[in-house]
Formats: sequence, C-alpha cells, structure tokens
Amino acid sequence: MIHLKVNGQAQTFDGDPEMPLLWYLRDILGLTGTKFGCGMALCGACTVLENGKAIRSCSKQMGKVEGLEITTIEGISAHGPHAVQKAWAEVNVPQCGYCQPGQIMQTVSLLSTKPHPTDTDIDDEMAGNICRCGTYQRIRAAIKEAAKEMA
Amino acid sequence: MITLEKTEEKFEISNVTRRSFLQTALSTSAFVLAVGKSPLLATAARSGAPSLTPGSVPTIDATAFHPGMYLGIQSDGTVLIVAHRTEMGNGVRTSLPRILADELDADWSRVKVIQGDADERYGSQDTDGSHSVREFFEPLREAGATARLMLIRAAAQQWGVPESQCVADPVHAVSHRSSNRTLGYGELAAAAAKLPVPKKEELKFKSPQEWRYIGKPAPGYDVTDVCAGKPLFGMDVRVDGMLYAAIAHPPVLGGKVKSVDDAATLKVKGVQKTIAIDPFKAPHAFQPLGGVAVIADNTWSAFKGRNQLKIEWDNGAHAGYNSADYKKQLQQTARQPGKAVKTVGDPDAEFAKGGKIIEAEYFAPHLAHASMEPPVAVADVRGEKVTVWSPTQNPVGVQEEVAKALGLKKENITCHVTFLGGGFGRKSKPDYAVEAAVLSKKTGKPVKVVWSREDDIKFDYFHSVAAMYLKASVDDKGMPKAWVQRSVFPPIGSTFDKDAVYSGEGEMSLGWNVIPFDVANFRSENGPATAHVRIGWLRSVANIYHAFAVQSFANELAYAANRDPYEYLMALIGPGRNVDAGQEPEMAKKYPYDTARLRHVAELAAERAEWGKRKPGNGWGMGIAVHRSFLSYIASVAEVVVDSNKTVNVRRVTTVVDAGIVANPDMVRSQFEGAAVFGTSLTRTGEITATNGVIDQSNFNDYPVARMNDAPAHIDVHIVESSAAPAGVGEPGVPPMAPAICNAIYAATGQRIRELPLTRNGLA
Repeated sequence: MIHLKVNGQAQTFDGDPEMPLLWYLRDILGLTGTKFGCGMALCGACTVLENGKAIRSCSKQMGKVEGLEITTIEGISAHGPHAVQKAWAEVNVPQCGYCQPGQIMQTVSLLSTKPHPTDTDIDDEMAGNICRCGTYQRIRAAIKEAAKEMA
Repeated sequence: MITLEKTEEKFEISNVTRRSFLQTALSTSAFVLAVGKSPLLATAARSGAPSLTPGSVPTIDATAFHPGMYLGIQSDGTVLIVAHRTEMGNGVRTSLPRILADELDADWSRVKVIQGDADERYGSQDTDGSHSVREFFEPLREAGATARLMLIRAAAQQWGVPESQCVADPVHAVSHRSSNRTLGYGELAAAAAKLPVPKKEELKFKSPQEWRYIGKPAPGYDVTDVCAGKPLFGMDVRVDGMLYAAIAHPPVLGGKVKSVDDAATLKVKGVQKTIAIDPFKAPHAFQPLGGVAVIADNTWSAFKGRNQLKIEWDNGAHAGYNSADYKKQLQQTARQPGKAVKTVGDPDAEFAKGGKIIEAEYFAPHLAHASMEPPVAVADVRGEKVTVWSPTQNPVGVQEEVAKALGLKKENITCHVTFLGGGFGRKSKPDYAVEAAVLSKKTGKPVKVVWSREDDIKFDYFHSVAAMYLKASVDDKGMPKAWVQRSVFPPIGSTFDKDAVYSGEGEMSLGWNVIPFDVANFRSENGPATAHVRIGWLRSVANIYHAFAVQSFANELAYAANRDPYEYLMALIGPGRNVDAGQEPEMAKKYPYDTARLRHVAELAAERAEWGKRKPGNGWGMGIAVHRSFLSYIASVAEVVVDSNKTVNVRRVTTVVDAGIVANPDMVRSQFEGAAVFGTSLTRTGEITATNGVIDQSNFNDYPVARMNDAPAHIDVHIVESSAAPAGVGEPGVPPMAPAICNAIYAATGQRIRELPLTRNGLA
C-alpha cells in the first residue's frame, strides 16, 4: 500500500506500482487538470508539484511516490485563483489551453525559487513545456506579471 | 444531471416560430423548431454530463425568449448564446457570441456561452478553413438585431407608445426616454417571445461606430476555467462505467493483422480483453485504420497491455514507401511538364524568345499536426442510439461517420463537442471517434479511446510532402516576363479517392494558381503523385509549401537582379489592382484580390521591422514574405541570427495583417503570434519521413516542435484597420513564415534554403 498526499488530502494506492502518477491523478482520482501530452517527460503538459517542485507526472511511477506531497493545478490555491493564474488571465495567455495547467505549475515552481526571474531564467525553466499554439511570448509576459504581483 | 426530456418539454411553450430566423445562413427547415427540440436546450442538458463544462448548466425557465438557433433570453436577463463552432484556441467561443451580443446590445457580463452539439440546423460547424467569423458575421448580427427589435416592440406594446420612440439603451434594456421608463431584457423576454419574428427588411443594424464589442479586444470567455484546469477537453471526459481503450494500429497504411498473441496483454492488471478492429475498405477516408484494441479499466493499463501484444502484420501495398526514394520521384516529376491548371498570356512564346532564364527547385516534407491533446473520444452505444463526446472540428462529420460505421441513422448519433487541445486540421477527421463507437458497441459499455503521442504522430493525416519547380524569364531590370511553376504532391483527394494523383481545385488554389505579381505570362502546373500515407489538411494546407517556393523564388530573383529584396518584391507586386483569382463572382465582389492591400501590409511590415536600417551579413539578416490566403493579406519580416554553430535564432518576427473587420483584435493577435511560432517550428525542424511504409518519427524527441527557447523571441503583430468584409485569421499567419526565415538566412549567410526543414541544410 502506497501512501501519499494529493492537494493536502491523504490517499492510498495499491494498484500497479508502474502506473505513472499522471494516470493515477487523472483516471483514479479524477483530477483531470493535469494533462497527458507525450508520456515521456518531453512536453510538460503533465507537470505537478512534488513537495513544491515541478515534476513530470507522466514519468513518475506510483511505486516511487510513497510519502510525497503532490500538488496539482486543482490544488494550488485554496481561495480563488493563484497569482499566476490571475496573471495568465490578465495577459490572456491561453489559446487552446491544454498545456496551460502544466505551464502554470512550472511557473509556480520557478517563482518559488526565483521570485524575480530574468528572460534567461524563464527560457531555461520553461523550455520543457511545449505550447503548440505558440503562446510563449504571452507566457513570458505573464510570468513577469505574476512575479511583480507576488513580490 | 438535468434530464433532457424535461427541459425540452418546458421549451415547447416558449414561442419559437416556424419562420426562418436566419434565412441567409441556414435552410428554411433549420428554424422549424415546432417540435420543441431546441438544440440549445439539448446542449444545456448535456452540460450535466460528467466532467463537462462545470458550473455552466443554465436553468432554463419556461418564460424564456428563445427566438432562434443561437440565442435565448431568460426572464432573469441571462442571455444564452450558442457557440456552434469548435473552440481550439481560435477564440470562437468569445468572438462569435460577442458579434451577436453586440447587435443585441446585450451586457457581455450577463451572457452565458453554450457549446452547440452537432446539428446541421446551425449551418456549417466544420471549423476549418479559417471560416468562423467570415461565414457567421452577418447571420449572428442578424440574430442579434432581430431579437433586439422584438424586445423593443415588446416594450413599446407594454407602454402603449410607438416603437420608434423606444431604444435599446442603456445596455441590456429598452427605454422610452420621454416618459423615463426602462425595462430590462429579462423583464421583456416573455412578451417578446409572443411576437412574430420581424422580416429582415425591418431590422436596423448598428453602424461600426456604434459597435461595443466588435473590433474591441476582449479576453477569452473561458480563460479562468482553462487556467483552473477545469475538465473541458475531450481528454477530460469521464462517463460512469466507462472503459478505456488503446489501439495497436497497422504500422503501414492498409496493413492487416495476420495473427495476434495477446496472452501477455491479458495478464496485465486492469486489462479486460482485446478486440480486433476491422481494416478500412479503400478509400480510407475517415474510417478507422483497423488493428487490435486493448480494453482496460484505465488508460495506463490499456497502454501497458498494448505494449505486450505480439502482432504479426500483413503490411500490404505501401510497405515499399521510402521517403528518400519518393523525394527523388517527386523531384523528377516536377522537372517534367505537368498538367497546366491556370494560364495567363503565353509563357511558352515568351520563353522561346530566349534571354535570361532563372530556375529553382524547392522541396518540403510531410508534417504532423501534433496538437498537444492527442486524438481521444468517448462513445456510448445504446441500441440504436449513440452518444459521442469528442474534441472535433467536424461534429456533423462525427455523426455521419459513426452512423456509417454502425449502420445507424445519423439523427441517432448525438455528438457533444468538447474543447480541443489543439486541432490544426487533424481533428476534422473523426476516425478516432468512430473507433470509440465501434468498441462501445462491441463491449456494451461507454468506451474512451485514447491515442498516445506515438499514435498521433505515426497515424496522422499528414500534411503533404511537395516538390516544386519554378522558372522565370527576366528582362534587363530583372523583372519576370514569363513565369511557370509546377507543384507535385500526393493530393488530399487521395484520402477520398484511392486513385487520385492530381490535385483538384483544392491545393492548387492555395497559393499556386495565382501569384500576386505583375507578370504578363504565367502558368501554374500540377504533376502526379501517389499517396502512401493518409494525406490531410494542416493549418493553411498547401499554402505552406507554395508560399515557401513562390516567396523564396521572388527573393532569388531579387538577388539575381542585384536589387534589395523588399524593393524588388514591391516592384514585383506592381501597382494596386484587382487580380482575377478565379473566385465565384459573388466572392470576387465581396473579397476582391486587391494587390493594393498586399502592398500596404508589406510597406507597414518593412517600416515596423526597420527594413534596410542595418546592413545584412555576418550571420545577421532580415527576410520578407507576403502571402494572401483565406482572403487575408499578410506580410512577415523575420530577423535571424545564425551563429557559428549554424544555429538559427529567430530574434524577431514582424507580421502585418489585413483581415478586414476583425471581431476580437486580441485574439487575432494571438492567432498570428501562434502562427509565427507554428511556422518557425515547421521551418526549423518539421519533418515526417517513412521507411518501408512505417513512419520514422514517434514523439517530441524525434519530431521536435518549437519550445520557448527556440521560438521567435519577439513577435510584433500589427492589424490594419479595415472596413472590408471579415476574412480568415487562424491560418494565414503560417505561410509567410518559412520563406521569411529562409530569405533572412540567405541575407545573413548567403546560404539559400531550397528544402525544408532547416535541419536538412546543416542548420538547426
């Protein structure tokens, strides 16, 4: 039996330990905000926080999550939208929106360690998150907006 | 969950007349709502389906005013507007309802947008070809103006004053100024519902100066839900009792299963069974590819079980498809005279006179769409009735194809349209929804078919590979006197006719039959090519390779004439005039091909990019390209730096757009920012190849797409203010990108790119 916390709630899992966290979140817990994009940690659509740090949930097996605290897009803010989500809306970042939960989670992780990221910091941190609609320019602007807001 | 029947019953008492509300857009029958089967309400009912559009289930009240297909006004003043086109990042759930809300003088904050199910009465729902705004601008305004007039009449009757003394002002209300009386739309809804629908001649449309939403930037209607990770997408659909399926498709098009060993698969925890799916009957069209499905309790088990299948395939006729050989064939075909498609003047006579001849060949590979959400669909077959939840650009196509596959009536197929995690043309093809329906029928349960990224890339409807040959005879100033261009590609038509080797009007009309240049003698030609993979349309379609060839060749001619490429391009376009683009007379009148508009966007782009200010060379350069597609005029200037590692850095893209009237400038800007990234992506690394009929690429490691650090660092989009009829915006930004970047690389390095992507040229 594996024990973990998802968005602050204790959970247990006794299924296939090879199942990626992504599919546990989506299919078992019904937390579909975390998206499936590639299954190989290449696109970042499945990004969640593991003890506050961004990871790719598609490549994290359930056998390796014992004792971890996982935060998904559904759990980043208890009271209304998170500052990053607000900035995303302010800049009107999304087009199709499918990758944006992952982009937002990656940004939350970035700003937790670098509250005032430079363009290079942003490029380095966000390069793992693909947006096929091409919203990168707005993502960069929204990250700066959120940084300002959170400062 | 709201019950559909009850809701519909309620609506029978609302006054929906038999008369056409939007005759221009729809057939007369479209408005025969006498049976009370309002698609608006059907959609409202489906909102109660698990995990879809949370919180957006409107409570429909009996006194609501519901004058047509797109619109309902509740007695509490809530205005319900149906978005009948597909949201895939194109912003239609915002732009279309705002057009209607504007003419209605509705308060946008009191508008609730409802996604329309598949229903032919809406008019075309096929969200491709950059059609949404241009096709529905007038019908939606008419719907708004009609409802506004009915509300005004209801108020006038109630007050016993002439209609002419009443105005829809302030917003969302009708006022009688001299008596200082005002009634809100909600208060008037019940009375308005009893009135006959006015004739179109009675309607008063607002002037552009009076528009409150059209032409004004607005954030996406769904931006908060999207950023909250709400379950909006096809991938997010969950239905009670649903099974999950992953399918092992034949690796080669047309392949069949010889034998299957599923022993290891059936041992995987969560796997229930395997089911064979029949191969298609040619032409493949939108039928499933066939193969073996693994049915499981969750997506992961289905994937894992599929990996354990041991299948022997009969690969069939396309197993000899090898991209390297095929390329040579296409190039050879392009060197031979082809089928003349459009001729102006007498190019052969001009060439026969001799003089300076310039020739060039270009090549562009297959591309995959690779939308972030791979194909996915849920279907629930219950006897003769089927419910499908699908991210689809073509909801009616889902109905038709599912009906065909299961031998059912199309009317018995309900298709709920989810948000699309990207479409780009892939999700116009409903093969994956058919797979879900076939498997639901075979299991007796709702089934969710999930394609992996590998499935998506290997089994796409690929953007076509193309070889092109261009030849011009030039005068002593380097201006072309005659121009012949030949394009050879396996046509999209091959998807619907297995013997098709020539393009129909389709691809040739996309940037090849007409060039915006002032050349007296011109001919476009098409050569034959047999398809060995499924060919489909991808964002801007053949415009991608055609604009690459034409705009690169124009650039080559400029250098051959020793002239500045921008200055030469303007000379080539020549004076402003209307070009015969072979359009139907009505279209030609509404949307003339006006080179003055093309000149204007080019001038603005050059000016904004500061063309000519810095001398190109030493790894720095600018390139310009112009292209008209989907009735919009676009110019893009790319600024590149090519470093010593031969890495191409697109530092800046300046795009100027003339798309006529734009509904929502912020979303138009988004579309062109995105197109600059999409175009950069395909230019740098976009390439799908096959070996022995099997696609070589599989995921983002071997089919790289632009990431933040290799997308253009800055994209400046300028929208020309225009009162011309609205034109397309989703696709037209893509075609100029490849030639603009490649022309910039030539300016920077002297290296001419005649084959895409850049990785084929020692660049990255």
